[in-house]
Amino acid sequence: MQDSLQTSSYKQLEQKSKYTNIFLRWFLYFILILFASYFIFPLYVMIVTSLKTMEEIRQGTLLTWPSALNFESWGVAWGGRGYGAGDTFLRPYFWNSIKMVVPAVFFSTFIGAMTGYVLTKWRFKGDQWVFLFLLFGCFIPFQAILLPMARTLGVLGISNSVIGLVLVHTVYGIPFTTLFFRNYYVSVPTELVKAARIDGAGFFKIFFKILLPISAPIIVVTVIWQFTQIWNDFLFGSTFSFGEAAPIQVALNNMVLSSTSVKEYNVDMASAIIAGIPTLIVYVLAGKYFIRGLTSGAVKG
Amino acid sequence: MKTLKIEELSKNFGSTEVLKKINLEIDEGNFLVLLGPSGCGKSTLLNIIAGLETINEGNVYIDDYNVSKVEPKDRNIAMVFQSYALYPSMNVKENMIFGLKQAKLSKEKIEEQLKKVSSFLQVDSLLERKPSQLSGGQRQRVAIGRALVREPRIFLFDEPLSNLDAKLRVEMRREIKKLHQQLKTTVVYVTHDQTEAMSLGTKIAIMNHGVIQQNDTPEIIYNKPSNTFVADFIGSPSMNLIKGKLKQSSNKILFSAEGANFDIPIKSYDFKKTSELDSKEVYFGIRPEHIYFKKLNEDDLEINLSADLSEYIGHEQIVTFNYSNQEILAKFPSTIKVELNKETKLYFDLTQVSLFDSKSEERI
Repeated sequence: MQDSLQTSSYKQLEQKSKYTNIFLRWFLYFILILFASYFIFPLYVMIVTSLKTMEEIRQGTLLTWPSALNFESWGVAWGGRGYGAGDTFLRPYFWNSIKMVVPAVFFSTFIGAMTGYVLTKWRFKGDQWVFLFLLFGCFIPFQAILLPMARTLGVLGISNSVIGLVLVHTVYGIPFTTLFFRNYYVSVPTELVKAARIDGAGFFKIFFKILLPISAPIIVVTVIWQFTQIWNDFLFGSTFSFGEAAPIQVALNNMVLSSTSVKEYNVDMASAIIAGIPTLIVYVLAGKYFIRGLTSGAVKG
Repeated sequence: MKTLKIEELSKNFGSTEVLKKINLEIDEGNFLVLLGPSGCGKSTLLNIIAGLETINEGNVYIDDYNVSKVEPKDRNIAMVFQSYALYPSMNVKENMIFGLKQAKLSKEKIEEQLKKVSSFLQVDSLLERKPSQLSGGQRQRVAIGRALVREPRIFLFDEPLSNLDAKLRVEMRREIKKLHQQLKTTVVYVTHDQTEAMSLGTKIAIMNHGVIQQNDTPEIIYNKPSNTFVADFIGSPSMNLIKGKLKQSSNKILFSAEGANFDIPIKSYDFKKTSELDSKEVYFGIRPEHIYFKKLNEDDLEINLSADLSEYIGHEQIVTFNYSNQEILAKFPSTIKVELNKETKLYFDLTQVSLFDSKSEERI
């Protein structure tokens, strides 16, 4: 008697928890979909608007679907309309940005890897202080270094040039890249370095042959981080360069804000998307390594 | 000529003294185990021998040549690490020949060495694999192989077995022993595991707080520990140390424990100094395995003690007795039935006794 009573109450509880679970699951999906659409909404508006003609934009609402796939405004944003003066378009600045981003990312990542390696595997007296000051670099606001940096670039004779921007971004990136690599190399057993030293490998050989080949996850993280930072930078670009040497974000600003005639929302949107595409590509290609790299240290512990 | 000689070696990290005036010598072909609790400085000592740590004072000689300022790669040593430290990006073959390539040996010589060692250690079939594709035992083997191909004067092992599970550890221990018997290379081996130390070493140096407590053969370390630390550290369970006093009367020396109503005669004990023994405060040391349930030798001393606790561990049992309010442990075969809280007849093997000064804690 006792037993059957208990079984039935267990059954009721089981039923109840089943309903609760179903409800919670649907609630979870609802919340997720809500947030996902909140984040995707601006992108949707941008893409849709860029595909419309000005006529359509004036007549429809933000959300209206374009009547046809019209890539004309993309062409204008990328290559201009072909009149001489006053025609700003993104192509040359896009290449400026590439010329700036690639070396800046490369050098800052490489130097960060080196310093991270030294700070963890070749400890020296006062190395914590060096690391502390480097960390301090992460917290210095961009604006604080504008004037000294402008002066430095002037003295070096590389103001208003892509090379100048490469230098600025490399220097400013080192604290972050060092932090990434230091934290990664801390979890690599120092015995590896000891073994290599006994085997007769020197400072650089150990770095290139033993540590660098196992650094892929953190290299991906650093490259994505630096690429996004440098590509999206507007402040340094607009301060240390103008005219033909400007990177794409500055050109985008000039294009959108140059008020020659009517505001061409479709061209503006297309330009904004073009300016954002490279970072998107980097994320899509390396995104899963990004998460993996960021958490790899945490999981190991 | 000593293969390895360490002279008045001191090392400190900041204000902490890690090693204090260490003196150590190893003859060709010996297997020296550095044994001690964690933080005793044994790994630091090994790193100093390897040249991976700097020295504050003293010297290290290999084959009578002062190598204190010589780079690790030029010391003619090879080291096996606790985490194996195999280069993750290289396969087994590349791992094993990395050192030879650095030393710029000819291709033929490298191939020859590799072939010899890999077949000796039975890793020929693993040569193309990455370390991550190997099991713990295989990694250990490769790590040893990487050390072997260099044909070093001295092998250094830094707790090489502590990352393995219990069963594999015993297997690898036997293999290292075999390896040493075949190659007869000089070995310095660091461990905190006394079984490993006892079974592998031809000499054991027991360290504590940066000082070598005793450096001798396993037999002497076990039978004649030079102080209470060694007595306590070696053996499981460790040696019983009974506090008491010596009494000397007409050529007879007796030990009486604090508050005990009977004395233990000290016979055939090899005192370092036979004077000033009367009323000396001492520890009377006897190992749990030298307390018997049946009389085995003519001279065994019969004592009646009551058992407080019995721990059954399969092949044997450890019984705790009350010896005038001091706990003493005895180890019996598990077939013997010991009744708790009842006087039991026990036999102390008086030939296996150690005596320590209770102040200096040194053997007397």
